[in-house]
Amino acid sequence: MKKRKASLYLSLVPLISFIILFLFVPLISMMYSSLFKNGETNLSFSNYIEIFTNPYYYKSFENSIIISLSSSAIAMILALFTAYAITFFKKKIQDRILVMANLTSNFAGIPLSFAFIVLLGNSGVFTILAKELNIAFLQHFNLYSWTGLILIYVYFQLPLAVMLMFPAFHGIQGQWKESASLLGASPLQFWRRIGMPILLPSIAGTSSILFANAMGAYASAYALTGSTYNLATIRIGALISGDIFAQPELGSALAVLLGLILIFAMMINEWLMRKVRRDVG
Amino acid sequence: MKKKSASFIPMGVVFLYLLLPLAATFLYSVSTKWNKTVLPEGITFQWYTKLFSHAEFSNAVLHSLMLSAGATLISALIMVPAIFVIVVYAPRLEKLLQGIVLLTYAMPGVIMAVGLLKAYAHAGVSMVVITIGAYLVGIMPYMYQGTRNSLRNIHAGTLMEAAELLGASKFTAFLKIIVPNILTGILVSALLSFSILFGEFVLANLLLGGSYETVQIFLYQQLSKSGHFASAIVVCYFLFIAILSSLVVKFTQRKKESL
Repeated sequence: MKKRKASLYLSLVPLISFIILFLFVPLISMMYSSLFKNGETNLSFSNYIEIFTNPYYYKSFENSIIISLSSSAIAMILALFTAYAITFFKKKIQDRILVMANLTSNFAGIPLSFAFIVLLGNSGVFTILAKELNIAFLQHFNLYSWTGLILIYVYFQLPLAVMLMFPAFHGIQGQWKESASLLGASPLQFWRRIGMPILLPSIAGTSSILFANAMGAYASAYALTGSTYNLATIRIGALISGDIFAQPELGSALAVLLGLILIFAMMINEWLMRKVRRDVG
Repeated sequence: MKKKSASFIPMGVVFLYLLLPLAATFLYSVSTKWNKTVLPEGITFQWYTKLFSHAEFSNAVLHSLMLSAGATLISALIMVPAIFVIVVYAPRLEKLLQGIVLLTYAMPGVIMAVGLLKAYAHAGVSMVVITIGAYLVGIMPYMYQGTRNSLRNIHAGTLMEAAELLGASKFTAFLKIIVPNILTGILVSALLSFSILFGEFVLANLLLGGSYETVQIFLYQQLSKSGHFASAIVVCYFLFIAILSSLVVKFTQRKKESL
């Protein structure tokens, strides 16, 4: 009996060694090196102290958090309307719309930024159109600004939000609304008293996923301007990729802090999801 | 009825927003010149013919395929038996595995790149191997979810018991009964993982850079050179991903029907 068990566990060895080699070893060596100041040999927290005292670095976290929160909020609001509207279609068309959402969710990073340059860049389609038609606000639109970046972040957040929120809306369609209106509730009352409380855990869970998704994003901003945006991921990339200012230890410390923020966001998500499951039964 | 049409407006706006960049990129890729006019000055397929005769591009495609397909294949070979053993024989380990999967989910490419460079940059191992390893960890959530769900769907534990009662060894039962039954599920997760890896940029750029150019790195380098050429790459990439996704949809629908 024991022997047979042993051969079973043998099949776990490759997986465990890959997890150790490519997940735990890198993470631990990153944490370890974050405790050394560039060029010094004794352990210290000086990298972390520098991050919290040098505005350049803590601003990058501030910017990342602001852009993640705002792009998640905008995507969430748009996704609520879209997911709700999808429930009105026939099953077959619903499937097609979701396939399309899935497809566009694959359109992120470098290709996405480029598509936006074609649309709104310095000689983009809309920029030229605005000049021809003399539309002031578009004429001076700068894609390489924070507004431009938010526009791109919302793009890759939206399909994800729609796909995650659709099942929640799917669950409350039909008879509940009929019975509520039979009992004299207005649509507004239905959404305030029944719809929203049911949706709330899904909204919160989806928001935390969107937030983590935006916090970790790197390629989209990098493709637009290289490393001029002061975002946490961009700073980390610049500190480790062997530019003139390569400081891998400081980059490690930034990465550790970013990781902690993301783990915190995922923990909120887990906690909310567990709550939903308990509610449903 | 009136209320329904009102809710279509935001949805229409959302989908217009999602489709416009794609449409513009496509138009840009077939236009001769489009810098000063509202509509392209002329239509041409020269960027595509140029792209397909470009040696660097076919090299980049080959590199991307090797990395993504290699990692997906190794992942399937390692993950499927391991998840099978955990789900059927060691359910207590599943909590641990779920924790690890969640951890990989919370670790974006930038963080993994820092750790991998710190751990292996001076270890004398080829960075291509390290990248494949990082990809294996990256697609773990998708492979785990897909395999576990298909194992649950076919009641793998009961199937194994029946096969063993009839005299099959565990190994034969797994190969001849479990694997054929979950093959569609594995295929779907593998296609999904493959398409995610094919679009991966962060790890490839930070770990490999110019030394092993993938499609995404090639695309990044072309951005500043020729917009038309770059948009032809984007259109090809998107078509490729669209084909992969439609395969996923086809397989999942067939699976639903057969149940």
